[in-house]
Formats: sequence, C-alpha cells, structure tokens
Amino acid sequence: MKKLTNPGKISIIAVIVLLVSLWFFPMWRIDLRAPQYPGGLSMKIWINDVKGDVDIINGLNHYIGMSTIHKKDFPEFVFLPTTMMVFMILGLVVLVLNRKIGYYLWTGVFTFIAIFSFYDFYKWEYNYGHNLDPAAPIKVPGMSYQPPLFGYKKLLNFEVLSQPDVAGWCYICAGVILVSAVIYEWKKSVTK
Amino acid sequence: MKKTLITLCTVAAVATIHSCKMKTADSAVSGDAASKVYVAPGKYDEFYNFVSGGFSGNVTVYGLPSGRLLKTIPVFSVFPENGYGYSEETKAMLNTTNGKVDWDDQHHLELSQTNGKHDGRWLFANANNTPRVARIDLTNFRTQEILQIPNSAGNHSSPFCTENTEYIVAGTRFSVPMGDADVPISSFKKNFKSTASFISVDKNTGRMKIAFQIVLPGMNLDLSHAGKGPSHDWFFFSCYNTEQAYTMLEVNASQKDKDFIVAVNWKKAEEYAKSGKGHTLPASYAHNTFDENTQKASTVMEKDVLVLDPKDCPDMVYMIPCPKSPHGADVDPTGEYIVGSGKLAALIPVFSFDKIQAAIKNKTFEGDFYGIPVIKYEAALHGEVKKPGLGPLHTEFDGKGNAYTSMFLSSEVVKWRISDLQVLDRAPTYYSVGHIMIPGGDTREPYGKYLVAYNKITKDRYLPTGPELCQSAQLYDITGDKMQLLLDFPTTGEPHYGQGLPASMIKDKQVKFFDINKNHNEFVSMGEKNTKVVRNGNRVDVYMTAIRSHLTPDNIEGVFVGDDVYFHVTNLEQDWDIPHGFAVKNSSSVDLLIMPGETQTIKFTPVKQGIYPFYCTDFCSALHQEMSGYLRVSAKGANVPLKFGSGVTAPETAAK
Ligand SMILES: [Cu+2]
Repeated sequence: MKKLTNPGKISIIAVIVLLVSLWFFPMWRIDLRAPQYPGGLSMKIWINDVKGDVDIINGLNHYIGMSTIHKKDFPEFVFLPTTMMVFMILGLVVLVLNRKIGYYLWTGVFTFIAIFSFYDFYKWEYNYGHNLDPAAPIKVPGMSYQPPLFGYKKLLNFEVLSQPDVAGWCYICAGVILVSAVIYEWKKSVTK
Repeated sequence: MKKTLITLCTVAAVATIHSCKMKTADSAVSGDAASKVYVAPGKYDEFYNFVSGGFSGNVTVYGLPSGRLLKTIPVFSVFPENGYGYSEETKAMLNTTNGKVDWDDQHHLELSQTNGKHDGRWLFANANNTPRVARIDLTNFRTQEILQIPNSAGNHSSPFCTENTEYIVAGTRFSVPMGDADVPISSFKKNFKSTASFISVDKNTGRMKIAFQIVLPGMNLDLSHAGKGPSHDWFFFSCYNTEQAYTMLEVNASQKDKDFIVAVNWKKAEEYAKSGKGHTLPASYAHNTFDENTQKASTVMEKDVLVLDPKDCPDMVYMIPCPKSPHGADVDPTGEYIVGSGKLAALIPVFSFDKIQAAIKNKTFEGDFYGIPVIKYEAALHGEVKKPGLGPLHTEFDGKGNAYTSMFLSSEVVKWRISDLQVLDRAPTYYSVGHIMIPGGDTREPYGKYLVAYNKITKDRYLPTGPELCQSAQLYDITGDKMQLLLDFPTTGEPHYGQGLPASMIKDKQVKFFDINKNHNEFVSMGEKNTKVVRNGNRVDVYMTAIRSHLTPDNIEGVFVGDDVYFHVTNLEQDWDIPHGFAVKNSSSVDLLIMPGETQTIKFTPVKQGIYPFYCTDFCSALHQEMSGYLRVSAKGANVPLKFGSGVTAPETAAK
C-alpha cells in the first residue's frame, strides 16, 4: 500500500488544528436587522450551543407562532461534537497507519459529515420556519419564516443574513485542505 | 401732478417706517442657525444637558444642540409616570424627619469631578424647600440617594462640589435657630444662624455623609462654587442680608452697600473636624439610599452632626466685601479669579485668589463680622467690570479667558475678558435670564462651544397656552467673537442651573436592562412557574410576572374588601427598553413602570366588591392590549376560596 507524502501528513495536523476551533468559536451566524432594531440582532450557532440574542428572537417570534429555540432541544449539540471528536481521532489513526487509502476514506467521512450536517441544518430551518403554532396571534396567509441556509433573505420587515462564522470558515478551510491533499496524493501516486 | 406727488410721498413715508421697524422676535435668529441645531434622525446629540426642574422637583435631560427632551428623572417629587415615590420600593426615598415629603423645589445641579474635570459618574441635585441633596447615577439615570440637611432652611447654595468630589456643599438661604428651638423671630441676631454643610462623598460608592457643618452668623447664603487649581482648598459662598433683617427684606436687606463673599478653607475645616475642634450636636435627619441589589430604598435616621464654629477655628473663614446683595460666586477655570455678581449692583467685582492670600497673610482687614475677619475690598480685588448691564447674576467661562454673565434686569448675556475686564459682546435673551451654562463652564476645562441661558420669566415666542406659559432655555453658539442665538426650547418647571456633558462620556455606559439573575428583591418571581398568591391575615401578596404579552397569574379570586393587596410584579424581559407597566382599576395610588429584570410592588386596598381588571400600562408589543387580567374582590366574609392561575390553570379559578 502506498504511503502518505510529507505534505499529506502535515495536512492531517492542519485539519485537526483547524477543527479544534469549533470548540472556541461559533460555526454559523444568522443576523437580523429591522427598523425597530437599528443595532440588529444576532444568533450564533456553536458546535454545542446556540448563543447571542436568542431570548430576544424567541420573544419576537411568539407573535407569529414560531417555536422558541432552546439548547436542550438540539440532539445535534451532543452528537456533532462527538462525531467531530471521533473524526479527529480517526485523523490521528490515518497519520499513524500512514496509508493513502486511509486518507481517502478519512476525506470521505468528512464529506459525509459535512453534507449530512447541512441537510440537518436545512431540515431544522424548514421545520422552524414552517411548523407554526395554529393558535398564533398573527397569521400571514402563505407566509413561512424559514431562514436562508446561506445568504440573504427578507422575512416580513426583517432582513436576514445567514453565513459561516469563525469556526465555520475554519471548517471550510479544513475541507479545502482535505480535497486538495486527496488530489495531490492521487497525482503523486499516479506519477510514481 | 399734485396727485402723483402725494402718492410718492406716501410711498416714501411707508417705506421709511417699514425700514426702521423695531427688532422683533422673528428677526432674532440669523444665518445658519437651523443647520447648527439640526440633529438628523438616527444621529445623536453632542451633549447631554441636565437641567434643574425648579418647583417640579425633578431633573430633566435635554440633548444639545437639538434641545430635545430626552428624559425626566424624578428626584424629590413623586412621579406618576413611573411610580417613583409610590411603589413600595421607592417610597422611602422621600422620607424626611417630617414624614414623607413628596414634593420639592429643585434648584441646582452639579456633575461629579475628578481633577477639576467631569468624570461622568454622578449628578448631584439640591432640594431647596425641605433641605436635601440627592445623588443620581449616570449609568441608569436614577436617584440613588437622598440626604436631608439639618439646621438649614432654603438649601440654596448647593450642591456644588470640590475638584475631586471630596465634598458637596449645602448652604442655607434662610437662617434658622440650630435644632428645633422655639424662639421669638425678633431674636434673629441672637439666635438665628446660617450653616454651610460639607457632605463627604465616598470615592467608590458615591455614598454621602455630612462630614461637618460650619456655623455662621445669621444671614442668607446664596450661591457657591469651589476653588480650582491654586484655590483648590477653598470654597466661596455669596451671601446677602448681612443687615440681618427678618421682615420686609426687600427693603431691609438691601440697605448695605456691600455684603460678602464668604471664603472657607475647607482643608483647614477638615483638619479641625478631625482634630476634635468641633462639637457634636444632636440633630435628626433622614438618609435614604436605594440598594441596587435588593432593589429597595431604605431610610436611616441620623442622630447628630459635627459643628465647627469659626471662633474655635482660626484661619478657616474670611469675609470679602462684595457689592451689592451678591448672587453668584463663580470661579474661573484657572482658579485664580472669583466673580461675585451683585444682583443690585451696576458693576461686576472680580477678586484675585493671590491677592486674597496676600491680604490674609498681611492681615489687610477692615474689621470683622461676628469675629470673622473681613478682608479690605480693594486688597482682594482684581478689578471691576464697568457698566456690564443691569442685574448681573451668574458667570460661566469658555476656557479661552472669557467670562459670560447673565443680566436679569437688562435681559442679556454679556461676554467680557477676565484679564482686562473689557466687555466684548452682548446678546439679548428676550426672556428674563437666570443661570447660564456652558458645558464644563464651571470646571477646569470648559468645552466652550455652546452657552445655554435658562429663563425665569417667559412671554411670547411660543404658541400661547392660557395664563401659564412654559419656561424656556436658549442656546447660543459661542465659538466666534460674537454670540449667535441658535434655538429656543421649552423646559420643565423653572429651570435654574444646568450642567452639560459630552455625550460620548456616558453614552456607552448606559445600563440597558437589569440582569434578572441578580434580582434579589425579596418578592421576585423567578419565572412564571414561581408565581403565586399568598394570604396572611388581611394581607395578600401577589407574586406576578410580566412578559410580552401576558401577566401571570391573570385570574385571581378570593380577595376581600379591605384586604391590603400587594402586587409584586417581576418583568422577565431581558431586552433594552421593554418595560411593562401595571395598574389595577381604581388603583388608590398609581401605576408601576417595571424595567426588564426588575421587581416592583404596588399596594392596592379595594374598598368595594366587584371585578377589577388589571393591565400593562406601557405599550409593549402588538399584543399589548391583551396584556391584562382580572381580580375578583368579594365582600368581607364571603365564602370565596383563594384561587389564581393563568392559561390552562385559569379555568380552575373561574370554576366558582
Ligand atoms: Cu406589557
């Protein structure tokens, strides 16, 4: 079996270091702005928590019957950190085994986690925006309040911007490094 | 031809009359005044202007240069708008030895200082009628402490502070006997005294305490200011009625050509106080403080006060003659010049601190007043501003060597140079001006950009509103050689003195809401689950919460006529500017305005049976109108069990 190149080995360390940031910085942020909130409101999603102006957003959403956001309602806050921890340990295993195939599989796992997480995030946003309390005081016909998965959207008088935060960018960087390293390793093995 | 000539003459005559039309109100403002005071929506004013509320008993806060009212801070008067003085939490703030005194006459304001400059921590306010001094916190714009002053009446020369807020003073305008002595009024000279109280202020907490009182001969202390820089150790009070009249003062107290500026060496006084030269006299006065932690005001009745008599304390007090019935005693930013304005004088005397010190050293005295040395007028004098105008009252400074004095009788502000005492400019005020204020104009570092004139007597210029017209302030630009009138704006009560502070100094320190986890009010409900109604004899405690857009509980039964019902309402919100109000139908006192994270209590004693709706009084959300509930009050002795609830639990309560 073919062994990893030195850049490949270094990339494993780099990916793990980047992923450690998930425990120190928020992954994602959703910013809201409206005339009555000139300073804006911001919700920050961490690997194991949701912070920022969540209470204020919860307070606002009760008029239109959106469910309130509580940390305890997210099983993701347990399984995501666990998964990422396992993934990082797997990286160390790949490093020790020192086989290209391990690296390819490891990247595959990353891709799977990334796609699944985005799907899960989308599904949560969909439910959050669509499952409205039938007894809500204000009903706007045909209106749902699903926040954008990525980018800008206007919801009633609120402008909503959804984008990665520090750890999210680190995560994206890790993905780029993984894919680049896979291509590099592949090319090296073909040319040899 | 003849006809044409007549026509021409008529036209010429009308034109002439028109061109020499007298200056009127609408020609008062010129040039770019409007653009200088326009603060666009979304933009902030440059300065906070704190203005005394006079007989309204509160303090108002305006933005400069716009003149917009930003806030009313209740201090010495009950304030129905937010329940100040009515809620169980704040009632004690208005306690005095004469019971709860829930009105006063608020004259002067002073911002705390460090090194002679504003430090943006506290605002002090005096009460003239029931002598008191209050401290307002500039992070939440709320009254935190009120200290009553014994042996005083008409607490007028107050609450001015020393350069590091070591002391706040309280000088009495009406002399009175010490204690509660019952003596004939005609024994004024023998029994009546004026006192200057020095209130120490704790550097960290701001807590006030009367450190000592200096007892002076019977006369009227009027205004005061602390020294600065070289004159740091001194305090200057103006006084009148050294004639010691006690009847028909308008004539009898205006006889002497000169009264005095009283110069007090407070450092010496402090030493004397510490070394035991004073006498502890029995005195009773209320000290009210608001505890942020428990969110409750409480009163301590103080028992005595340390009194210093100038007889026992040489070099502590000197008198400087000052023509004629002086009002203001203002110290320039360098601390060298003391301006004493005689309100009946036709000149402004300016004294030199150096010369005063030299006169004291050389004993250049012209006699004494009840044993207090009187310095020779000429020996203390820097010079006189000749013919400045009529009725000089108060002087502020721009920090560029210029002084500005208000002229009550001739209704104008006069700018003059301190060094050579030359009049440089004068601007009409249209109203009868009292105090003037330049932001920082009584400190070492005036900001020197604006001058505000506070007007006592108002006529015209605003839409008429029946016999009572609003009082007024006027804003001038003083950056150029000539003062430029920019704006008139109405004010609350009679505005006396004001203080101005750059907005940047305190804007970002503002508390936006109270942390509910730090709410240690004994009647707090931490969350809706903890709400309850508890009966104890005929006292009923309702532990209630408020959050957009409901009150919990919102159905209460089992309350009887004559019960004392205490509604303890906790506002669960944790967001800026989301207060909830609370009022009960036919409430015997007032409503509450509860800030986020805070608990407030209102007492309600129903006198008739019936259903009493209660509701939020502060429009808080789209469902504000729905934020309400019902209290059922039954006849005394009726068989109605105590029940309460909200939402799913409410039908139970309604069962009976
Ligand atoms: Cu409300």
